[in-house]
Amino acid sequence: MRLRTRALAEFVIERALFLCAATSIFVTLGIVFVLVFETGAFLREVSVFEFLFGTEWTPLFYDKHFGVLPLVVGTLLASAIAMIVALPAGLLTAIYLSEYASSGVRRVVRPVLEVLAGIPTVVYGYFALQFVTPLLQGFVPGLAGFNALGPGIVMGIMILPLVSSLSEDALHSVPNGLREGAYALGATRMQTSLRVVVPAAFSGISAAAILAVSRAIGETMIVAIAAGQQPRLTFDPRVPVETMTAYIVQVSLGDTPAGTLEYRTIFAVGMLLFLSTFALNIVSNWLRNRFREEYA
Amino acid sequence: MRSILSGACVAVTVAITGCGGGGPAAQVITIDGSSTVFPVTEAMAEEFRNANPGARITVGISGTGGGFQKFCRDEIDISDASRPIGASEQEACAKAGVEYIELPVAYDGLAVVVHSKNTWASSMTIAELKRLWEPAAQGTITRWNQIRSGWPDREIRLFGAGVDSGTFDYFTEAIVGTATRSRGDYTSSEDDNVIVQGVSGDEYALGYFGYAYYEENRDRLTLVAIDDGDDANGRGPIAPSPQTVRDGTYHPLSRPIFIYAKVAALERPEVRDFVEFYLGEGVPLVREVGYVALTDAELALVRARFAARTTGTMYDGPSSQTTITLEQRLSR
Amino acid sequence: MSPDATGTRPSTGGALRIGDRLLASFGLLVMLLALAALAALLYDVLHDGLGRLSWAFLTSYPSRRAEQAGILAALVGSVYVMGITAAIAVPLGVGAAIYLEEYGGRGRLSRMIETNIANLAGVPSIIYGLLGLGLFVRMMGMGRSVLAGASTLALLVLPVVIITTREALRAVPKSLREGSYALGATRWQTIQRQVLPAAFPGILTGLILALSRAMGETAPLITIGALTYVPFLPSDIWSPFTVLPIQIFNWVSRPQAAFAENAAAGIIVLLALLLMMNAVAIVLRDRFQRRSR
Repeated sequence: MRLRTRALAEFVIERALFLCAATSIFVTLGIVFVLVFETGAFLREVSVFEFLFGTEWTPLFYDKHFGVLPLVVGTLLASAIAMIVALPAGLLTAIYLSEYASSGVRRVVRPVLEVLAGIPTVVYGYFALQFVTPLLQGFVPGLAGFNALGPGIVMGIMILPLVSSLSEDALHSVPNGLREGAYALGATRMQTSLRVVVPAAFSGISAAAILAVSRAIGETMIVAIAAGQQPRLTFDPRVPVETMTAYIVQVSLGDTPAGTLEYRTIFAVGMLLFLSTFALNIVSNWLRNRFREEYA
Repeated sequence: MRSILSGACVAVTVAITGCGGGGPAAQVITIDGSSTVFPVTEAMAEEFRNANPGARITVGISGTGGGFQKFCRDEIDISDASRPIGASEQEACAKAGVEYIELPVAYDGLAVVVHSKNTWASSMTIAELKRLWEPAAQGTITRWNQIRSGWPDREIRLFGAGVDSGTFDYFTEAIVGTATRSRGDYTSSEDDNVIVQGVSGDEYALGYFGYAYYEENRDRLTLVAIDDGDDANGRGPIAPSPQTVRDGTYHPLSRPIFIYAKVAALERPEVRDFVEFYLGEGVPLVREVGYVALTDAELALVRARFAARTTGTMYDGPSSQTTITLEQRLSR
Repeated sequence: MSPDATGTRPSTGGALRIGDRLLASFGLLVMLLALAALAALLYDVLHDGLGRLSWAFLTSYPSRRAEQAGILAALVGSVYVMGITAAIAVPLGVGAAIYLEEYGGRGRLSRMIETNIANLAGVPSIIYGLLGLGLFVRMMGMGRSVLAGASTLALLVLPVVIITTREALRAVPKSLREGSYALGATRWQTIQRQVLPAAFPGILTGLILALSRAMGETAPLITIGALTYVPFLPSDIWSPFTVLPIQIFNWVSRPQAAFAENAAAGIIVLLALLLMMNAVAIVLRDRFQRRSR
């Protein structure tokens, strides 16, 4: 008798735990469902072509245009600036920590980088608006109060630890044998690092870079606070622009009743955002797995 | 470890079942709407709370349009509005069975501002403003010298109200001629603070918002005097000030601002007390915040309207906001 | 280094030696710049906000007068929302991790769930806000309540909780489980009595890290409509609320310099809170690790 209830209890517990695990699938399904549902309704009124290739974004105004390119370009502009800061600096930091630094230095620097990564983004937004932009206005002519340059640089600082730690993992995974072989042939540390280790870790480093881009594209608060709310198709980093994420915040701060076209625009933009970051994450994971297989 | 776990469970349970601010929690007075009216309502809420410690009031800034949408969905008790309720909104409220009392609470002068380093645009005519803000200007009028020759050949950076904002509706009606007709390629926000930040950070910027926001930031902004071309109410360009807003010479950008109180909510004593405070003891706060208080006569009429629980709006009908005075309207 | 020694470092041409030095210095310089950026940020925040920090600031409600505005509602709101978030995320996350680690086979379903969780970890937080808006606020009608906010945040940190809990479970030596089975215990008995207690510090650390991530999140809560002017403490899970990042965001948006000071002071409070949580996590982990030895 006891054994039967025990077995029953075990079975119920296992099913309950399975349901917990399955929740994650429900979350993904929920995200996809909500996005697809509203985007579908949106696309019934606005053609995909106009959405993806139109150059004006004024969905809320009298003269309505639904071309998302200004938001996309705004996002890419800020993210590109962030990458220019984060990628070289992050990689160099990783090389230094992995190939040159003593363990003492490593023990100090790594936690500090973790702190950098853990600071809430609203704090970085404050930093961008109150410190970085006024600082830059001192020597960049024509830099407006809201611009892509300041938040772009701050985003780069925020992402640097991510690039650094993932690249360092990749560099670490390269077997020492490769390094020793290079030294044995007479290479300097620099030659070894740059000509042997980095190329060997290339897929791992690329995975890190792609993940960093995904992170930059999805970043919201820094650009919402400091980059502006004016959708415009420009590559000038000194003027106010609007990113996809900042648009969603802007509309959420107002009131949009469910079921209107305006409400659906945030989901359409959200869908675009989700698809791009999802694709980038998948590519990054694939590269990372392939890298692990090479050196497992 | 077990004791920690059970302690945590107890804490969480207490939290869920409510620990909050002690004592029976009063019902929340929910207010939402105009960012222009927000400073007044915020001040009223704060002082009311100081006098009545248990009061719980939330104030949102979804914009006048956003506030009305929530109001006519029966989601909030009071709607802040920087323009009267519109026809479609009246319909929505009627359909939802939401009865309201329309209460003007102050005058606002819609201020057009530029950066303090801007030396050329000290005044503009209505025609120039229209040329700058009408829908046809989208993408075409982008430089200062296109407005008036002699002004710098530099890009204008525009900041203005968002589409849910009553300021937006009022500005477009007064300047462009029809409400909501505006260009869309500018930094738009229902939060006037963003507009202030934008204009004060950019030498070539121009923006518009409620006068109170100028008063709070006058060290970094310059007012643009408006010339309406009508000598009857003063020759030449007139800048907004408490004086010119009150006597109507700052034309056409002076306007009354309102709160709309839901009749059903007024059955709750805290809501009733709050509105009475708004129209009574709290009146000095209007000037403190930067807007122009109603005259004593107008205030008496508004209080009478509230006491009588007169529902509906005074603004349905062909006469637009700018033709008859508030006092006339209230006495009708 | 003696020029004659050829032991560890092979002799090379002068130019290469310089290049070597350059790379080292360059790397060091860049690293120091990154640290300098952090120092600049902390200095800026402390410089702007420290003067504003006071007991009155911690115990006042928001106000239109910057000097009188305080962070009480946001502070209590943050703690309260974190509590509810934990209440939702812990059972779901730990349960999921237990299933995947202890019960799940190499089956296709388990692997799908694993990749799914890894992907969810990389989704931008604002997408979770859209999910919360569409699902919790609109479809399930929770409105702008603590429950809607906490549910959204719980989903956001769920992948982190699952991943860290799994690592904690994995760290428990197999011998512990095998010994328990040898004594005749069932799988759940083993998990409940042996594995979980052993993995507890790791799970707790992971949970605190996940909550500190949630505490700093602004975008998802803005998207579900959390208000910025809430001058009272939340009374229950259906109450409107505000949290520290949103209060900071509100003050940052105000152009007056005095509000910028408030924002900086609020940031100090937020960072202090996060620092405290992380310190607690580390201390707990060390203490339990020592005990289990």
